[in-house]
Amino acid sequence: MHISEGVLSVPVLVSGAILSAGGVFYGLKKMDNENVPKAALLTAAFFVAALVHVPLGPSSVHLTLNGILGLVLGWMVFPSVFVALFLQALLFQFGGFTTIGVNTLIMASPGLIVYYLLRGYIKSKNFYVVFTSGLIAGFLSILLSTLLLSLSLAISAPEHLGIAKVIMLSHVPVMFTEGIISAFCITFIKKVKPEIFEICQDSVL
Amino acid sequence: MHLEIFSEGNSLLHKVDPRIKLVTFIPIVFIIATTKDLITCTLALAVAGIFVAIAKLNIRKIAERIVMVNLFILLLWLFIPFSYTGHEIARIGALSISKEGVYSTTLITFKANAIFIFTITMLGTSRVFSLAHALLHLKVPVKLVYMFFFCYRYITLLHEEYERLIRAALIRGFKPKTNIHTYKTYAYLAGMLIVRSYERAERIYKAMLCRGFTGKFPIMIHFQLKNLDYMFVFSMMAVIIMLIMSEILLYT
Repeated sequence: MHISEGVLSVPVLVSGAILSAGGVFYGLKKMDNENVPKAALLTAAFFVAALVHVPLGPSSVHLTLNGILGLVLGWMVFPSVFVALFLQALLFQFGGFTTIGVNTLIMASPGLIVYYLLRGYIKSKNFYVVFTSGLIAGFLSILLSTLLLSLSLAISAPEHLGIAKVIMLSHVPVMFTEGIISAFCITFIKKVKPEIFEICQDSVL
Repeated sequence: MHLEIFSEGNSLLHKVDPRIKLVTFIPIVFIIATTKDLITCTLALAVAGIFVAIAKLNIRKIAERIVMVNLFILLLWLFIPFSYTGHEIARIGALSISKEGVYSTTLITFKANAIFIFTITMLGTSRVFSLAHALLHLKVPVKLVYMFFFCYRYITLLHEEYERLIRAALIRGFKPKTNIHTYKTYAYLAGMLIVRSYERAERIYKAMLCRGFTGKFPIMIHFQLKNLDYMFVFSMMAVIIMLIMSEILLYT
C-alpha cells in the first residue's frame, strides 16, 4: 500500500518525511548490533511476503503483515519499513523516493500502535488470546494504514477525496483477509519460535 | 529472482560514482515532485529520455516497468479529471470533465514518469552494494545502511525459500481459493518464512562475531572521483538550474 510520486502536496510530503525520520532515528537507537541482522532479515521476509498474492474472490491481494512486523520489532518497525520501501522504490519503482517519508509513516505507525496495544496479550499462553490479538493486529494495521493513506491524499487536494473513499472501501475486504492470515501466522510463530516476540524487550510503559 | 536488472551495462551512467549520483538525484526528484508547471515537467521528462539513451538500457525492460507504474496512474485518470470544478471540456452522462482536472492529472502522470525514469537511469544503473557503500560516505546512519545491505542480500534467498515452500504445498495438491484453508496455508508459509529469517539472522550474527565484528565493516575498496564524475556534476547542475528557472519563469 503506497502512494506514487507526484500525487501529494509539498506540506504533506515534508511533514511525512520529518515524522518518519524521527521514527527511523528512534528505532535505530533502540536497535543494538545483535538486532541489526534480525531486523534486516525480517524486513527481507516481509518484502518477500508482500510479493505473495492471496486469492480474494475473483481478484487477489498481496500480504502486508505490517501488524506482525510492528508486534515483533516495536519502534524498529520504522527503519525496517523504511528500508523495505527504499528497496521497493529502487528495484521495482513502486512508491518512490519523494513519497518514502509519507509511505513509511503510513505503513510503520499502525505497526507501532498495534505493538503498544497488543504486546501484553501476545505473551499470553492462551491460544484464543493470541489468536484474537493476531486478528486485531492484522485488521487494525490495514485499517489504520488505509486511513492514513486516504487522509494524506485528501489533505493534499480536496479533489482527491473521491479516490480516497474508493481506496478506503476497496480495502475493507483486505482488512479481513489480513486479520485472518495474521492470526494464524502469529499462532504459528508462537508455537514454533516464540523467541521472535522477544526481539524488542523494552520495559512496559 | 534477479533484482538489479538495470545495473549491468557499460554506459557512462553506469560508470559515474554512486555518491555523485545520490547527491544529484535528490534535488532533481525534489524539484520534479514540487513543481506545479507542466512545461517544467515536460523538460524533466525530456532529460529523463536523454538519460535512457545515454544509459543504453534494454528498451523492452524499461517499457515493462513504465506500463506497471502507469497502471496506478490510470486509476487516477478514472477519478481526478471528474472531481475538479472548473471549465468543462467534455461530459459523460452526469459527469463533467474539467480542464483543471485534466491538467492536474497530466501533471501527476508526467511527474511520476519523470521521477521513475530518473530512478532507473541514475540509481538503477549502480549496483545496490555500491549504493550502500555510497550511503555510508554520505553520513547515513551505519545501522540503517547495514540493514539495507543485509536486507537486500537475503531477499533473493528468502524468495527462493518461499518458492520451495509453495512448491511443496502445490505438489501436495494445494489449490489457492477464497477459503480459510487457503489463508491458513499462506499464513503458515509466511510464518515459516519469518521463523527461517530469524534463525538465519542468528547464525549470521554469530558468524559476524566469529570474524571479529565490533559494529563496523571494514571497507577495502574506496571511491575516487574521476573527470567523468566532475562532468556529470556540472551537467546535472545545469539541468537543475534549467528546471528551477523554468519553474520560476513559467509558473506565475
